[in-house]
Amino acid sequence: MNPPMRFTSVHQSLTFSRRMLVVGGAQAAVAGALVARLGWLSVKENQKYNLLSEDNRVQMILVPPRRGWIVDRGGKPIAINRSDFRVDLIPDQLKDAGRTVAILTELLALTPDEVDRINRDIKAARGYQPVQVAENVPYERYAAVTVRLPELPGVQPMRGFSRFYPAGPAVAHLVGYVGTPSAEDYQKSKDPLFLTPGFKIGKQGLEKTLEPNLRGTPGGQRIEVTASGRLVKELDPKPDRSGGTVQLTIDAGLQEYVARRMGDNSGALVALDVDTGDTLAFVSMPAFDPNSFSAGIGRTEWRMLSEDDHKPLINKVSQGLYPSGSTIKPAMALAFLKQGIDPRQRVFCPGGLRIGNRFFSCDARHGSVDMHVAIERSCNTYFWAMGLRTDPELTTEMVNYLGYGQEFDQLPISQRYGTMPNPKWLEKKYKRKWQGFDSANTSIGQGYVLINPLQLAVMPGRLASGKLIQPRLLAGARRQRIAPVAVDPEHLAIVRNAMAAVVNGSGTAVGSKLPLDGIQMAGKTGTAQVFRLTARGVANSNWALRDHALFIAFAPADKPKYAIGCIIEHGGFGASAAAPIVRDSMTYLFDQEKAWATLEPLEKQWGGSLAERNARQAAAFKAAAQVPPAASA
Amino acid sequence: MISSAIIPQPLARLPWRLIFLIMGIGLFGLVNLYSAAGGSIQPWAMRQGAALLLFLSLAIALSKVREETVKQLVIPIYGSIVIMLVLTDMLGFVGKGAQRWLDLGIIRLQPSEFMKPTIALMLARFYELLPAGDIRSFRAIWPAAALIGVPAGLVILQPDLGTGLMVVFAGVTVMFLAGLPVKWFLIPGGAIAAAIPIIYQFLLHGYQKKRIDIFLDPESDPMGAGYHITQSKIAIGSGGLFGKGYLQGSQSHLQYLPEGHTDFAFATLTEEWGMVGGTIVVLAYLFVIRWAMKVAANAPTRFAQLSCAGLAAVLFSYFAINLLMVMGLAPVVGIPLPLISYGGSAVMTVMICLGLLMSFERQQRTRSTLS
Repeated sequence: MNPPMRFTSVHQSLTFSRRMLVVGGAQAAVAGALVARLGWLSVKENQKYNLLSEDNRVQMILVPPRRGWIVDRGGKPIAINRSDFRVDLIPDQLKDAGRTVAILTELLALTPDEVDRINRDIKAARGYQPVQVAENVPYERYAAVTVRLPELPGVQPMRGFSRFYPAGPAVAHLVGYVGTPSAEDYQKSKDPLFLTPGFKIGKQGLEKTLEPNLRGTPGGQRIEVTASGRLVKELDPKPDRSGGTVQLTIDAGLQEYVARRMGDNSGALVALDVDTGDTLAFVSMPAFDPNSFSAGIGRTEWRMLSEDDHKPLINKVSQGLYPSGSTIKPAMALAFLKQGIDPRQRVFCPGGLRIGNRFFSCDARHGSVDMHVAIERSCNTYFWAMGLRTDPELTTEMVNYLGYGQEFDQLPISQRYGTMPNPKWLEKKYKRKWQGFDSANTSIGQGYVLINPLQLAVMPGRLASGKLIQPRLLAGARRQRIAPVAVDPEHLAIVRNAMAAVVNGSGTAVGSKLPLDGIQMAGKTGTAQVFRLTARGVANSNWALRDHALFIAFAPADKPKYAIGCIIEHGGFGASAAAPIVRDSMTYLFDQEKAWATLEPLEKQWGGSLAERNARQAAAFKAAAQVPPAASA
Repeated sequence: MISSAIIPQPLARLPWRLIFLIMGIGLFGLVNLYSAAGGSIQPWAMRQGAALLLFLSLAIALSKVREETVKQLVIPIYGSIVIMLVLTDMLGFVGKGAQRWLDLGIIRLQPSEFMKPTIALMLARFYELLPAGDIRSFRAIWPAAALIGVPAGLVILQPDLGTGLMVVFAGVTVMFLAGLPVKWFLIPGGAIAAAIPIIYQFLLHGYQKKRIDIFLDPESDPMGAGYHITQSKIAIGSGGLFGKGYLQGSQSHLQYLPEGHTDFAFATLTEEWGMVGGTIVVLAYLFVIRWAMKVAANAPTRFAQLSCAGLAAVLFSYFAINLLMVMGLAPVVGIPLPLISYGGSAVMTVMICLGLLMSFERQQRTRSTLS
């Protein structure tokens, strides 16, 4: 320590002056820092804060944009908007929320569930965000609300739009449906539009995948509001821009015809233009009604649909996988030809073939058959024998090349693309070598072969046109150059001739000739085993155990324009269940009147048109569901 | 000084430049309050104007008081304010809530306001009485620490952290200027810095803790407790260089800026007048404080020196803490910007400080003319 020094008032005064400088300097420094900070905030960061201030000041009462239309290749509407009435309320402007909700409950006949939801929304609402009371309000109820508006401040009866699908279930699996965004949807996007009453997003099908095209940009009334949400003044409104129209390659008439022609069957049908790959029909039946889904489906209807063993909620065209059965044979034949098999070479069919220690039995004793007859009469023995004579690697590659097991990734639709097995795949998946019976199974479309109905149409399309067409759905999509199928055109002609004979010669589908002059259809039947209880489950009385019926076709046989692939679940023989439906659908493409004339008596026999039968089914289910709960307890 | 034959001597001898500066700041404040009320002199501008005039008269009256009188009164005044603080805290304890006001029946007093100038005078008086040789001993410290600590503690207990800090700040400035060894500031300063986490953890109230959390990261809760700072920064930042124009501030007019007429009046002002307006206010305050510091530097007696510097410190801390808070550089502690923010008590305190400073200044001049 320093020796204590005498500290006098002179020292004190000096210290004071020095320290005054320090204090004064510190004060000046702080003031300088304040000015610097002020400059930082108001000049350097000005833009950021200006934006935030505008965000505060201006709010937008969003008006959901009108959703774009979906139309068919001819411009016929598939999904459009219908104006409807809706009632919203603006929580900020409510005088007496409880009373208002009570009056609305009475006027609009709201259910307790809905009232709960409205009360929850009112509590959660912030600022000028409107809350939906009811949509799709019938005109009388809407009018009743309008009349009492003076005593209901904050209630907004409005014209809104709802999605309408004129063809109903016929397009259900193609376009899907729309619905109110879920809480997760909002969490993902954080878009305030998602909270706007009346706004719907695509939930399934094309409505979902084409959402960016269809949505449009919301407009709205821009308003200046205080922090507590009080309206100060209205600024100029921002108009909404409706979503773009999407044109499909679908032929809406054909689509509806096919859907109705399917009757009560559970199945799928795809029709293609063989030159362009344009998808003309994309039908999965039975189906739900997208109109009632878009309006918010009731519990009863949902239960009816999900309990149905015909699975109306599943899109069988892209999600259903089936063994291809004998429809694989034309592709197989082409593969054999490419590997040098002489089409005139004959195989004797004694009603089956022994491969290894197992006897594979054919449908009939076909006797001595060449390739043409083998396709025409669907002789398994020929294909087993040839399958064993050729290289399975090359054979399966050709079938896959023609479409089976392929995924068409330019389609805006999610697909399960099944399996076209080959030796490498087998090695990898099941760790075993390809055996003779694998060749045999694959040759007739059984075993591991799994395809979807889309592929079922692409394959005959490619055979028919000799072009590697890709199925298209969007008319506006860029057309790609279509490569030819890399085979000898003569080989294709052989296969096409054989397929023409299937329908027009003495083949398996002679009952399904087109009722048209000068236009012949070529095809191939298929029957896919579902259950191996009996050798053939065709006659099984249990529907769910019966075989799937398949049919592929193109027409006209001599100058192909259209190709169709069709599967009828548990339909039995391909010739009896699937081929007539394909025949009538194909007829529609050439002569609509004739096609409708065929359908009329059929529908009478089934008990009314599709819409009528659906309505009856729903009514029956509702009646059954309304059995007092005591009965079920 | 204005010298004219027409103006009577006592009036002419007032420090008019300071008074004009003060009135200028006050007027800017009134103009701002008119805007904050949405373009109306009601409810704030009118009453604030009245308060300004009333307390300016009080300041001028105070400027007539002699230093000797101040010296004699400071100890009893200090003592009675401490007693009032104790009473306030007891009432608050009984009333189970924050208690800053002492209701005397006819008027309601906020004793902590009076403590701000009083602490400066009290410490100046203490160091005047302390023999010069003792300034480096422990005797120079502990009584001063107690003189600051007791009222500051009582104020913080109310709880009013902002005012408590101002009392400490003014007191410590006087201690520093009195010539205490620098180590006495550095060592406790370091200790306090080290103790801040502990204070934060155990001594602060929930809402005070939250304010500090929010200060460190206002965007963590922009709609909740961070709302004040966030909105204030938006108001200031969106003003730009020249502001949005008078009566055009959307943040304040649409009530996004909370307390736009009181604690955050500076944000209201800069939103409409921009950086230019804000800088003018800062400079005006700086001139007032520089004037006060000059009075201190020229003071002939130790009591006057320390008193004036202490009062300058009170003025400075008012303005600095408020602006640091409004611009997001300090936690929200609830200190208004005197003369600009609406509220009579801040005006009163500032005018008491200025009145006392004017009195010291007047006596310098009279003395200098005599000698």
